[in-house]
Amino acid sequence: MLDSVRLYLRYVVTSVRSQMQYRASFIMLSFGHFLSTGTEFLGVWALFDRFGSVRGWALPEVAVFYGMVNIAFAISEAAARGFDTFEALIKSGEFDRYLLRPRSTALQVAVREFQIMRIGRLCQGVIALVAGSLAVDVAWTPGRVALLMAAIAGGACLFSGLFVLQATMAFWTTESLEIMNTVTYGGVETAQYPLTLYREWFRHFFTFVIPLACISYFPAQAILGRADVLGSPTWFQWLSPLVGVGFLAVALRVWRFGERHYRSTGS
Amino acid sequence: MTPQIVVENLSKTFMIAERDPGAWGAVRGLFHRRYRAVRALDGISFALEPGELVGYIGPNGAGKSTTVKILAGIMVPEGGRCEVLGRVPWDHRIANAREIGVVFGQRTQLWWDLPVIESFDLLRDIYRVPPDQHRRTRDEMVDMFDLGPLLDVPVRQLSLGQRMRCELAASLLHRPAILYLDEPTIGLDATSKLAVRELVRRLNREQGVTVILTTHDMDDIEALCHRVILINKGRILCDGTLGQLRARVSNERWLIVDLVDAEAVIDDPDVRVARRDDGRLCLRFDPERVSAMELISRVAAKHPLRDLYVENPPIEEVIARIYDQEQR
Repeated sequence: MLDSVRLYLRYVVTSVRSQMQYRASFIMLSFGHFLSTGTEFLGVWALFDRFGSVRGWALPEVAVFYGMVNIAFAISEAAARGFDTFEALIKSGEFDRYLLRPRSTALQVAVREFQIMRIGRLCQGVIALVAGSLAVDVAWTPGRVALLMAAIAGGACLFSGLFVLQATMAFWTTESLEIMNTVTYGGVETAQYPLTLYREWFRHFFTFVIPLACISYFPAQAILGRADVLGSPTWFQWLSPLVGVGFLAVALRVWRFGERHYRSTGS
Repeated sequence: MTPQIVVENLSKTFMIAERDPGAWGAVRGLFHRRYRAVRALDGISFALEPGELVGYIGPNGAGKSTTVKILAGIMVPEGGRCEVLGRVPWDHRIANAREIGVVFGQRTQLWWDLPVIESFDLLRDIYRVPPDQHRRTRDEMVDMFDLGPLLDVPVRQLSLGQRMRCELAASLLHRPAILYLDEPTIGLDATSKLAVRELVRRLNREQGVTVILTTHDMDDIEALCHRVILINKGRILCDGTLGQLRARVSNERWLIVDLVDAEAVIDDPDVRVARRDDGRLCLRFDPERVSAMELISRVAAKHPLRDLYVENPPIEEVIARIYDQEQR
């Protein structure tokens, strides 16, 4: 395990170094990323500027949601991006090379392409989070800081799990996988807003099926110190980031199953 | 000696999705798929001793790479038994991978944008080779493959021949007992081909590495392999030495003569004139009916010769005839 972490970091260092060979391209891509995610926030801002607040939520609070989700997503986009473009590996037959190495394929695929330029979205998220929490004057206690970190880590795991699931489908078919993007990128957009804005079935979907609410809405309640109108207990708000880790674990089990299927059918 | 690789009655069928032509066919394919079964391996059996160097040959689609994939543990067959170093490879993919090396002539295992040395370092971590052992093996390989000047060059800037030397070295850094080479000389110029062959020979002789070589280049086979396994349509047609392979078709040999008189006609009951190129003739004969010595003296008595030599029919021809026999 420790050894795998070490290998992961080695891969990351090597990958970053080879991306730094094209320094100008790195700077422009990061900046472009910063701007394109920035326009998303402009949309949020425009909405609240028009209506003041939506169902009791004001802009600074939503900025906290936005920040948490985008930081988590940026991390998983950088760290698990290899899964996002995985079907190309299957199509070209390049995946055989990964199977020939004495390591888990998930580890190798994850680090295939560590995208340092995702730092653009990360900056965006940090700015929104800091600005939002200053505006609502969050009472930062060590516990709340830890919970924030846990929520971000859990979120990164959850999004990575979604990337893994999307990639796993390529073991069966390499056609029309773009539909999965509605869950990953759509999920980010959804989780940027408080859960109470949505209809009940939608809330349930994002709590129990794809537990996005567990890494944004519920921990944010505890961090902002609000009483949840949905009635979630406090202990649940504090433990909910663990659901993201569990989701990734399940996704990796499904991945192993898919790999086994692929090796038996070998297309 | 106990065999290192045992393959018994291995079989594998692929299901290929078929689709009706046209847009309507594509839509129908979404809901209802028809599959066509393609038999890639149909009862393959062989055993390899440690230190053998075997040529595994056959036309495209014969089942060569399917066999190699199964031996490498990355594909699961549907029937038959297989053990590599006492392990079932597909049940122990990772343990198996640590003890084999694989080189695909058409694909790289190195990192395109990185200098060669960094690829080597990454492989050390992937294979968990202890640092001092890695250093020793690497230096040995650098020496043997003459890689010194290439180590700091990014892989994408290497010529194909240089890259192939690095690929071979990379596949050996974890000291595998078995090496699978898939078309290692494809696309190489003549000098590089010779260099790669020489390296493969030395690896096999000096380091005792077992080598399975799949190739379309019959010069590779003639230069390197004592034993050849010939497959077609998922079945083994022939498994033996090059001499046995030839004997299966015929014992025919060729006497090539350069006549002083380019117009002369050779008429001998024991030979067939296969080719005529001005004064150069290719005479086919069966050494069981007439010895080479006797034939040479007979021909030389009638026709003044400038030069002569005796050779075997090229292996391509032998193999083409075995396939022909099989078709009938």
